[in-house]
Amino acid sequence: MSTVTTRASSGSVPHIPQRISPLVTVQNGLQLTWRSVLKIKANPEEVFGLMLQPVMFVTLFVFVFGQAMMGDWQTYRDFLMPGIIAQSVIFATMGTGFSLSQDVEKGIFDRFRSLPIARSAPLIGAILGDLVRYAITVVMVLLVGLAIGFRPEGGVVGVLVAAALILLFAFALCWMSAFVGMLARTPMAVQSFAMILLFPLTFGSSAFVAPDDMPGWLAPIAANNPVTHVVDAMRALMIGGDVAGPVTWTLVWSVIITAIFFPLAVWAYRRRT
Amino acid sequence: MTDAIRAEGLVKEFKGTRALDGVDLTARTGAVLGVLGPNGSGKTTTVRILSTLLRPDGGYATVSGFDVVRQPHEVRRQIGLTGQYAAVDAELTGTQNLVLIARLLGFDRAQARARSAELLERFGLADAGGRAAKTYSGGMRRRLDLAASLVGRPALLYLDEPTTGLDPHSRNGLWAVVRDLVGDGVTVLLTTQYLEEADQLADDIMVLDHGKVISQGTPEELKSQAGDQVLELRTVDSAQLPLATKIIEAVTSAPVHSDGLVAGVPVNDASVLPEVVRRLDEQGVAVGELSLRKPSLDEVFLALTGHAAEATDADNDPEGARP
Repeated sequence: MSTVTTRASSGSVPHIPQRISPLVTVQNGLQLTWRSVLKIKANPEEVFGLMLQPVMFVTLFVFVFGQAMMGDWQTYRDFLMPGIIAQSVIFATMGTGFSLSQDVEKGIFDRFRSLPIARSAPLIGAILGDLVRYAITVVMVLLVGLAIGFRPEGGVVGVLVAAALILLFAFALCWMSAFVGMLARTPMAVQSFAMILLFPLTFGSSAFVAPDDMPGWLAPIAANNPVTHVVDAMRALMIGGDVAGPVTWTLVWSVIITAIFFPLAVWAYRRRT
Repeated sequence: MTDAIRAEGLVKEFKGTRALDGVDLTARTGAVLGVLGPNGSGKTTTVRILSTLLRPDGGYATVSGFDVVRQPHEVRRQIGLTGQYAAVDAELTGTQNLVLIARLLGFDRAQARARSAELLERFGLADAGGRAAKTYSGGMRRRLDLAASLVGRPALLYLDEPTTGLDPHSRNGLWAVVRDLVGDGVTVLLTTQYLEEADQLADDIMVLDHGKVISQGTPEELKSQAGDQVLELRTVDSAQLPLATKIIEAVTSAPVHSDGLVAGVPVNDASVLPEVVRRLDEQGVAVGELSLRKPSLDEVFLALTGHAAEATDADNDPEGARP
């Protein structure tokens, strides 16, 4: 072992800022986003899962249910694609709470919190990094759809706006996920709680079946499910239909969910950390 | 010279349990303060308060003159923390882990890479720098964790049970590293359950029990209270044990405690051993086992408190050890 000094010769620490400015907060947040992205890249299993799951879901739903649902699988494919993109991304938001909870459990948050960096940086880094993950999910599902003949009439612009909408909605939801992640004691608890929440939220929407075809008690619930608005908006943008209504509802719901869960997540984060 | 850490009357409660009950603590600049105690004695809670991760319910503490509650950012600029769990990202490489910390601390890209390389080299991880930390051995992970806490050249380093769970070889390696750091002038606060570790590394030792300081002093002072070594004897026929106990008592002039099978006594002078053996032989006691060994934490505790070291739940509280 060489005799490198660990202590600066002068008493001062040269690099560490005297106080946390908004600029430092943004820099710290981006540095921790880099960490999240590195973790995605370094985890081939996860990247594989991100790619394989869409292939499996799209293929199963289109070819197993397609004909029974709509007479031929091609029609159901076009109906399903916006829904399954939304479902995949919404399920991916579970990862935010899961990885935050893991960081707490492994003591990595303690390390960050003992550093002279912005308090909110680990939360910012986790959520921005997850947006990258959601974007990968959108692209993957879409590629599988294109491979089995999905040709969105909305064209590139329609698809991009639809993708932006689901990412906005996912951004809102991931505050909820972060909130759950900071409350739950273990990452596994986050996972099971999120499953219970996300399954009804996505399957009880227009993602896979039109609410009109559901039983009388369920139809109104499904029709007013925020996920239904997102899926309807994406469907309209991708394959045609009324755009203004569902897009407005999607924006409204995203704002409402963020307004509720952003403060709750930050509160739980400060309390836990 | 001012003290690196000063704390007075620290109190912390978790759901009605007093994890810390009025702890006073002083760490001299450039020295190693060993905080010795069993699980649940309040070691981790103390470290968490001094590293700004927990607010005390009572008392106050300063680190390099900065108040841990009112000036947390200033305190964080002074400290490095190595917790009980190697807090490194398993998916990232050794280099990436260190570069991340360096960038967070305001190093530019080139400086961050240079600092990482320097630390990896120092901790014998230069060859492993490009590998994911999850491929590291336990000892390598601890060293990487330690390197991560040193990136910002802290004046003060907290080591919370740094060798728990390590094999003897890795433990010796880590001890060498800590001695090296002290040579650089870093003040170290070390918590440990092992008397030997405190004895090896610390200049001053403070013994915690149930959130209270029960003893304080140099390792020598502490050992003189608990006995430098422990003499233990087992007789072939347990009926002879009372006789043997009497003989040992006469030679060491210290109270022997016996559980009916084994008699033990703290001794400060190893030369009593031949004398004990001679007298046992004279009286015809058949010795089954006779040994001289370092006292365990339990025995130190017994000597200091009159009760054995016992674990309570305080340090395992979710808000105590880790939130």
